[in-house]
Amino acid sequence: MWFEQVMFFVAAAAALGGALGVVMLRNPFYSVLSLVVHLISLAVLFLLLQAAFLAAAQVVVYAGAVMVLYIFVVAYIGGQDEAMRPDDSLISSFGPLFAAAIAVELCLALIGTGLESLDTRGADVGPGFGSPGEIGSLLLQGFLVPFEAASYLLLVAAVGAVVLARRRRGLEEEPPPPPPEAATETLEVRA
Amino acid sequence: MSATDYGWLILAFPLAGMLITSFGWRVLPGRVPGWIASAAIGLAFLAAIGALVQIQDLPAEERSLVDSAWTYTATAGVRVDMAILVDPLSVFMCLVVSGVSFLIHVYSVAYMTGDRGLARYFAYLNYFVFSMLLLVLAANFVILIIGWAFVGAASYLLISFWYRRNTATYAGIKAFVMNVIGDVGLVIAAFLLLNETGTLDFGPMFAGAEDAFPRNDGTLVAACLLILVGAFAKSAQLPLHTWLPDAMEGPTPVSALIHAATMVTAGVYLIARTHPLFELAPTAADVSAIIGALTLFFAATVALAVTDLKRIIAYSTISQIGYMVLGVSVAAYGAGLFHLMTHAFFKALLFMGAGSIIGAMAGLQDIDRMGGFRRAMPFTFVTFTIGALALAAFPLTSGFFSKDEILAFTINRGGGYWVLAIVGYIAAALTAFYAFRMVFRVFYGDPVPEARELEEGHLAHHDPQNPMTGEAEDTDVGFPGPEHAIAERSWPMKAAMGPLALLALVAGAVQIPGATDVIEHFLEPTFEDSRFHDTAPTEGSELVGLVVGGLISLAAITVAFTVYLRRPGTTDRLRERFAAVHAFLFNKWYFDELYDAVFVRPAATAGSFGRRVIETDFVQGFIVGGATGIVRVGTSFARAIQTGYLRGYALLLLLGLGALALYFLIASS
Amino acid sequence: MDVVWFLVLSAFIFCIGAAGVIIRRDPLVILLCLELMLNGGNLALIAFARMHGGEGGQIFALIVMVIAACEVVIGLGIIVAMYRNRLRIDVDEMTELRG
Repeated sequence: MWFEQVMFFVAAAAALGGALGVVMLRNPFYSVLSLVVHLISLAVLFLLLQAAFLAAAQVVVYAGAVMVLYIFVVAYIGGQDEAMRPDDSLISSFGPLFAAAIAVELCLALIGTGLESLDTRGADVGPGFGSPGEIGSLLLQGFLVPFEAASYLLLVAAVGAVVLARRRRGLEEEPPPPPPEAATETLEVRA
Repeated sequence: MSATDYGWLILAFPLAGMLITSFGWRVLPGRVPGWIASAAIGLAFLAAIGALVQIQDLPAEERSLVDSAWTYTATAGVRVDMAILVDPLSVFMCLVVSGVSFLIHVYSVAYMTGDRGLARYFAYLNYFVFSMLLLVLAANFVILIIGWAFVGAASYLLISFWYRRNTATYAGIKAFVMNVIGDVGLVIAAFLLLNETGTLDFGPMFAGAEDAFPRNDGTLVAACLLILVGAFAKSAQLPLHTWLPDAMEGPTPVSALIHAATMVTAGVYLIARTHPLFELAPTAADVSAIIGALTLFFAATVALAVTDLKRIIAYSTISQIGYMVLGVSVAAYGAGLFHLMTHAFFKALLFMGAGSIIGAMAGLQDIDRMGGFRRAMPFTFVTFTIGALALAAFPLTSGFFSKDEILAFTINRGGGYWVLAIVGYIAAALTAFYAFRMVFRVFYGDPVPEARELEEGHLAHHDPQNPMTGEAEDTDVGFPGPEHAIAERSWPMKAAMGPLALLALVAGAVQIPGATDVIEHFLEPTFEDSRFHDTAPTEGSELVGLVVGGLISLAAITVAFTVYLRRPGTTDRLRERFAAVHAFLFNKWYFDELYDAVFVRPAATAGSFGRRVIETDFVQGFIVGGATGIVRVGTSFARAIQTGYLRGYALLLLLGLGALALYFLIASS
Repeated sequence: MDVVWFLVLSAFIFCIGAAGVIIRRDPLVILLCLELMLNGGNLALIAFARMHGGEGGQIFALIVMVIAACEVVIGLGIIVAMYRNRLRIDVDEMTELRG
């Protein structure tokens, strides 16, 4: 048991750290990498919850494919370092406050709840719980409609991506990247 | 065919004439609408004769027939039928109305030749005759009020017939507004009577009036006074008389028909029809008699001073109707209605003659510009003089017998009525004087240029202008046409004026005191329930009255002869010496100015106040502007949220989520 | 570990993602924070699946992953299109939906 608890705390700390890194790191590239750390620690947490297939999917699909896509785009676009402090609009001060308020509310709800099963480790499950075979049989039997709908969604997304990436007529040459002077401009304005 | 069938026919023919001329105005050429309309009225006259014959066949007690076409409403408390009443009074009125109307229609065919609104004119004229016949044939107050309102509308349409003349349209509005005042009085009176007696039909109401009302009861007096308001508005008595002289803006045949012979007598008919109520409320009858006497005196004085030919005749109409009102108010029903009949004859004749003279003057109406037409227009001269003689109550004309009979009855009532009778005799003198003022001014003296041209054989021509204000006009639609007709040259006019002249001379023969008694006897079944039925003056007193009246008439004519022919210039000297009196009379006793100051200006001020302050500032500015302003302010607040600022939207989402979570948290604790 | 620990953790991750969406101006990073929120939700779903003993929650989480992938595709496509049309990559500059 102690192994599980230690793993939980380590993974939780990594997840929280990754999340905070996503939000607070200036360079978008670093944010992406931070998210990858977060996703992998979340995969560990999934393993702790007996969701083996999902943990694997998380690592392979999420941290693997989606994040690689992100890195491609960040490399293409450039992603300037964003200035943090000079933005003294109200939103930037109050946003975190409201988020914290919601966190407090949710915690109150969870901890003060009358649900007894929340204080247990959960129901007794067999060894096959969370295995690919069980997930697969459920997908094709009980949850067939969401499965098919999700496939439609993927099709739509693929079509949308193609449409968005299509080059319009008349735009023969590739537009040049935004000049670096713009970035310094913004920096100066907000200095 | 029974009498009531003839009654429905009397109504149907003018209605059909109106529909044919109004719907067929495009296809009927030239003067054909005029002939169709005249034929319709002619047939109505024949139907009236048919009704007369039928009703005389019946025994005297049964000569009051009611026929209902359909029941408009029959509920608790009120029952209204669309019904006509055929009895001696209504048949008498139908004969007078349809007979005189027929002759006037024939006259109009010649008078309105060349006018672009000819078909419209005859449609209106037929509509008027239909409405007037509906009024006199009404069997209950509802039909009476319907006919009353219709004749008011017809009067308005015909007064402002030449609608592009501003003076004509103003006169039409004035007439209509004053008639509406009368309508309101009449409707309220009908309601009061319905309230007390429970019915609107004439027969049952008059039979039950004696039980429902004690003598001189307040409600009954009020109802009768309101009936008088209606009658005086329609018959142009004081104080609701100012519309009639202005109504001379309409074509002359309209003045002859509506404002002399028929519509203005509707008030007299109404008082005669409701005589049981007036006899139960002597206060109202006295008020009516006094106002009648005042009116006849007032109008006679004004007719001495005004200079427009048609307006002199209009004031003489007001005055003569004052005599009729006086007659039916002192319970001289037969005499009053007899005067109504003779007045219809000679007044229509006078207006027709005036129309002929105005045609010779090419549209001008001012007697200061007329003179010496005697040789140029012999037929008009003779007929006009006959009409003037009848108006002046020259011995042995029809007006002589009718007017003096009224005054004899008045004297017979005794007491305070003597004063009214003396006023009546004074006014009779004035009447004779101004009647011959017209004759001598227009036909005697040196011929004016128009008369000289006519003697040489052609009608004078003036540029078209408004006879009152002199402003230039044209002869297109909405204005008088380019042709002017005089009696000597058009046979329809002669065909109309001839019979009327004859009747004006000899119609007196039907009611010679002591000898004949046709009218009185004919109307007896209607009026025998009058409590004054047996209090007719004796023959002796009537003959005395006749002699006095005849002497007064002759004296006044002689005075007029002296003033105008023997010593010309007398009137100018009198006008200078009595300038204030002349101004007072010439301005019609300043009634128009009084009404303008008391009613018209405050109403106009209130209207402009309403438009400026209430409508523009308050409703438009405050209420409408306020409502839109509130919406605008509210929505601008909502618009401020739509900044397009993504992070702002995200924050709002988050806030919403937090609030929801808080709600569930609290709700479940 | 008790299930409630996982749920508290997922709440924290969710709220950190929400704060990130509001604070950051770079649309790329905003998308990343959206991914954070989705992952928080996933963790909660799987925790409840473990609690009940049924695998419906895990299926749900799988579908959520699919949706997240699609959303990322489209979002990144939009950002690339913005870049290609020489627009500033800053959500504060995109105010055409203003009322």
